Amino acid sequence: MQSFNSHTGLVVPFERENVDTDQIIPKQFLKRIERTGYGEFLFYDWRFQSDGKPNRSFILNAPEYAGATVLVAGRNFGCGSSREHAVWALRDYGFRALIAPSFADIFTTNSAKNGLLLVTLSPAQIRDLMTRAQRGAFELTVNLESCTVSSADGFSAQFAIDPFTRTSLLLGQDEIGMTLQHEAEISEYEKSHC
Amino acid sequence: MARTLFEKIWDNHVVCSGPEGSSILYIDLHLVHEVTSPQAFEGLRIAGRRVRRPESTFATMDHNVPTTHETRSFITDVLALSQVEALRKNCREFGIELFDLDSPNQGIVHVIGPELGLTQPGRTIVCGDSHTSTHGAFGALAFGIGTSEVEHVLATQCLVQKKPKTMSVSFSGIPAAGVTSKDMILALIARIGIDGATGHVIEYLGDAVRALSMEARMTICNMSIEAGARAGMIAPDEITFAYLRGRRFAPQGNAWEKAESYWRSLSTDSGARFDTTVEIDAAALAPFVTWGTNPGMATPVNGKIPDPDGASSDSERNACLRALEYMALKPGTRIEDIPVDRVFIGSCTNARLEDIRAAARVIKGYRISRQVQGLVVPGSQNVKHAAEREGLDRIFVEAGFEWRESGCSMCLAMNPDKLNPGERCASTSNRNFEGRQGAGGRTHLVSPAMAAAAAVAGHFVDVRNWQYK
Repeated sequence: MQSFNSHTGLVVPFERENVDTDQIIPKQFLKRIERTGYGEFLFYDWRFQSDGKPNRSFILNAPEYAGATVLVAGRNFGCGSSREHAVWALRDYGFRALIAPSFADIFTTNSAKNGLLLVTLSPAQIRDLMTRAQRGAFELTVNLESCTVSSADGFSAQFAIDPFTRTSLLLGQDEIGMTLQHEAEISEYEKSHC
Repeated sequence: MARTLFEKIWDNHVVCSGPEGSSILYIDLHLVHEVTSPQAFEGLRIAGRRVRRPESTFATMDHNVPTTHETRSFITDVLALSQVEALRKNCREFGIELFDLDSPNQGIVHVIGPELGLTQPGRTIVCGDSHTSTHGAFGALAFGIGTSEVEHVLATQCLVQKKPKTMSVSFSGIPAAGVTSKDMILALIARIGIDGATGHVIEYLGDAVRALSMEARMTICNMSIEAGARAGMIAPDEITFAYLRGRRFAPQGNAWEKAESYWRSLSTDSGARFDTTVEIDAAALAPFVTWGTNPGMATPVNGKIPDPDGASSDSERNACLRALEYMALKPGTRIEDIPVDRVFIGSCTNARLEDIRAAARVIKGYRISRQVQGLVVPGSQNVKHAAEREGLDRIFVEAGFEWRESGCSMCLAMNPDKLNPGERCASTSNRNFEGRQGAGGRTHLVSPAMAAAAAVAGHFVDVRNWQYK
């Protein structure tokens, strides 16, 4: 897994709540057996018209947000289906960090396994970020070492994150390998319970 | 110290404490399907790892499979076929029992687990599917995981977890005839919102829950995820034991006695505390119908489409406007005046024998409306054959429904069963997200009886007033 230490990138304001993983990556793109190549299908039904041409009114198609790597969204981002493909699509498209008032549980876990940092801030802070990002050309630095989000124009916030998720992201570690180090305890558990 | 049902199962599965406040949790049963597993098996191969406990791992194919008899053994969608073949190969290579398309036990993963007796009280159960919460109906701790965690469980039989919070949802009273467990769970989600239970494991309590069959309990637990919950659970009782006894993987003989006595300890102690509590009067509930694009946008069938101007915040108003635009509905429209084009009876929420029976009872002696196309997709081959033995398939076919082979079908439209753009569907499934049943399709979630009644009437009707023939 790619580690996450600090990242500075263009912010896209995504003013929607309850964005479900069916929207992030529609089901017709879940039939692949690889982990890569999902970026072109990200938000497919919103991003493209039924004739396959880009939907000009969709924010990711706006030229000023081309190359955005930080997405600011409304509450409960990533709800619904457990499909990890949603995270693969966001990463493959180029996003490194998402900032919202809250995220759905399974999506949170899936993000942590793929080097995608989820930052939870208050609704007021999110509104502030949305306003700044809507002016365009707004860059944020998300620093996981110091757990801070900051911009050159003066936005600054501290965020809380589960310590295990933080360490995993900072080190980009192989979690399966870590669990396998507890082989003796797992075998012991199996002897007494299974 | 007094503990909740969840805490008892959690404590019993902690192998050791993990890094930084996490726990390494042992997983008793891992269910696998074709869509979320290929990358996990590939990960094992790349790392040179094996499946730690193939005997605790079971697989089937359900999401992308066609549901007509003719197309089932000859999948023309090359991508779907490659997933099905990958699962066959992975199960062979890693020694996992697979209920393949020609198996009498094939079906939707959350229907066959209970049916085969794999789902048992006190177990930890995971699957790469958010509706794994279904299995909590047996007093198991069951939750959906992503593909990376599927790989983790395959390799280690464990997961690194942070202990979730607990929520009790108590349904008092006894619901009116025609009001089902689907209506109870839709009422809960409408009340607390689709993120109302995020970070929590829900335990369902109360007289209305105790009175439910196992099938009906599974419907409630199934949709716990639609309230954002990690899992939903119901303590096991005589109804649970009667359902399980004699099933293929259920304990037999002395092992059953021993298991049952342990299962009887699996209920929340008096005095145990929940982080959050919710109370709902089930006796006051009407059948529910969703009108929007998430399962929390629901109203009683005798209600109306809400007015966005009545929303409590700007963001809620915008979400409501957006949903009404997608659904092509106007504020103030009576739910019963909404016509439907399609009716889908199926999915891991409502495709068990009891659901099929409830719909058949409504349909019997009627024909479905001329403008409605109806589809019944049993949850498993076992459900299908049991329904056919009772002659239920004939009731549906004579009424004008199509009677299909088992699979996820139009719940998520990853297979040939889908809505066309603009079509409106009364569906017994679990999600009414934009495009869920097909790009541009419009989904209204209801119970099986409500779906059947809508098929006959051509629009939503209150099934409490149904004239049964």
